[in-house]
Amino acid sequence: MSKDLKLEEPLGRVIVVTSGKGGVGKTTTSAAVGAELARRGHKTVVIDFDVGLRNLDMIMGCERRVVFDFINVIQGDAKLKQALIRDRRLETLSVLPTSQTRDKDALTREGVEKVLDELRQEFDYIICDSPAGIERGAQMAMHFADEAIVVTNPEVSSVRDSDRVLGLLNSITERAGRTGAEPVKAQVLITRHDKSRIDSGEMMTVEDVLEVLAVPLLGIIPESTAVLRASNLGVPVVLDDPSAAGAAYEDAVGRLIGEQIEMRIAADPRRGLLQRLFRRAV
Amino acid sequence: MFGFSLRPRKASASTAKERLQILLAHERSGSGGARPDCLPQLQRDILEVIRRHMQIGDEAIDIRMERGDELSSLEINIEFPGKLGVN
Repeated sequence: MSKDLKLEEPLGRVIVVTSGKGGVGKTTTSAAVGAELARRGHKTVVIDFDVGLRNLDMIMGCERRVVFDFINVIQGDAKLKQALIRDRRLETLSVLPTSQTRDKDALTREGVEKVLDELRQEFDYIICDSPAGIERGAQMAMHFADEAIVVTNPEVSSVRDSDRVLGLLNSITERAGRTGAEPVKAQVLITRHDKSRIDSGEMMTVEDVLEVLAVPLLGIIPESTAVLRASNLGVPVVLDDPSAAGAAYEDAVGRLIGEQIEMRIAADPRRGLLQRLFRRAV
Repeated sequence: MFGFSLRPRKASASTAKERLQILLAHERSGSGGARPDCLPQLQRDILEVIRRHMQIGDEAIDIRMERGDELSSLEINIEFPGKLGVN
């Protein structure tokens, strides 16, 4: 499947995972989407654009193996090949970590373009984990994107900030500036979805969010205890024990690569107190 | 029964704490968080020393690191071109 695609489209797709507001699950999403694409056999690399506050390496469990990073490559101190960390669980998955430098100008547009061009030759998918916000770092992460996953919680400030990010995708990206280019394909991924709070009217519904943002829906990730567990262990949530969140990410990735998958709102079964006590003992 | 039943719950949190402690110990040992980039310098120095004796390209060196709580290792692989002395 991926080989057939490669014949038509020799270059890898650059997908930015972005959001206006922080803490909505960009890094969790980048790790899960990257791992699921790799698990399906696509050569995938996940890049950390959050210079200064790097966390992708920790979430993906390769923090102890970082020698060189994205900034070293851009500054010419290391080759791209040396900075890429091959995942131990999936041979089709790589991570390009970033550094904690305080130098705000460490990511140059020319440098980022050069690295992405090189990665496009080798990988089917290049997932860019953006920093939060709309400042320079976030703009750099989205600049060369072909597609965007806008991560949003069903919460007013998160949706509002996502709208600003969608505006930026339509105005400042390379595709936005190039005449004749298709615009960046943006899709929204709703995370921390809590069905019981929506049913009780405490939380905006998926329809509410989509009505406001007016972009297609990529998936709905339910609030799940599996997400914290996965980040504790440094295992992308799709590779950890089966969970509602993991299954929802698998569906979202299917849609990302063009499969028709019905939108379903999964949830881990709610357990009673007694059941919970017994489950813990298992 | 209570203590036993809680144990699996604690497993991932203690792993998280351990991973953080190892990572932060490394980061704090550098000059105030941001570790000076000594590795690229080290790579250049190693290449320079070897180049005094034979011709090797920039691509020929591979440096990998593994950080542990007790022990960290640095693995350096250098590909020599063809037969030694030739080229």
